[in-house]
Amino acid sequence: MTVAVIQFGGSNCDRDTVQALAALDIDAQLVWHEDGLPAETAGIVLPGGFSYGDYLRAGAMAAQSPIMDEVRDAADDGLPVLGICNGAQIGCESKLTPGAFTINESARFQCEHVNLRVENAETPWTSHYEEGDVVSFPIAHGEGRFEIADDKLEALEAENRVLFRYCDSEGNVTDEANPNGSKNNIAGITGESNHIAVMMPHPERVSLPDLGATDGQGVLKGFQ
Amino acid sequence: MTAYTATVTVRLKQGVLDPEAETTQRALERLGFELEDLRAADQFEIDIAAATADEARERVVEMTERLLANPTIHDYEVDLTEQ
Repeated sequence: MTVAVIQFGGSNCDRDTVQALAALDIDAQLVWHEDGLPAETAGIVLPGGFSYGDYLRAGAMAAQSPIMDEVRDAADDGLPVLGICNGAQIGCESKLTPGAFTINESARFQCEHVNLRVENAETPWTSHYEEGDVVSFPIAHGEGRFEIADDKLEALEAENRVLFRYCDSEGNVTDEANPNGSKNNIAGITGESNHIAVMMPHPERVSLPDLGATDGQGVLKGFQ
Repeated sequence: MTAYTATVTVRLKQGVLDPEAETTQRALERLGFELEDLRAADQFEIDIAAATADEARERVVEMTERLLANPTIHDYEVDLTEQ
């Protein structure tokens, strides 16, 4: 049983993710996209980075990679799938999750810590938090603005599929606390089932006690 | 078989924020130009051989919907000319 952390050309958070999972005693291994999923795959991470140089749109190329058919099948079989940052862009581009992550409102690459409010604590990715908790995760992206048609946004919220929203340190969801212009401050969502999730902030970068913060562990514990 | 060139224009749907276009417009205004608005689009030129124009268009539309455009945020148009 292992969590497959899929490497595309240009992935660069793959090793961090394996390390962060290992620190939680979750077996994980790097899987090159051309090699396909190992038979013992019990979960999948689409890690951060710049797969295929973000050509065309971030995540667009990797979404067409043959391994994504295997990922979709595994997701249909109920395996947990988490897309982080570039992995979130790949998740939306490959229709694992609705909407799209596109160019930040600032038109700039942004690398900073943000506050997130836990919106739904009843998913594998958030059950270690309480609804309304405020956690601090880093973001590092140029294309993180969540866009979705208004009717689909309404459905997404009605179905309680928002995991996290950008907020201030008190948990207030405000325009000022929205780093990239995402619709309704959305930072992470689930697919049609709760075991599929994507998020732009990086939980694996706040998971190792040696680095001083462990807010992200709760998300990665979704694989336990 | 006939040789065609398809010009595919992919642009953001109306109402979707375009930070790159806004930045470009501001840069032009800083250079002293006066303009009302500026919209940006991506354009792809695809050379394709097909039996008929309809077949060529159909294939290019499929390429566009599968990869070149993201229907969540983009509209597109295909302009086909015989080479």
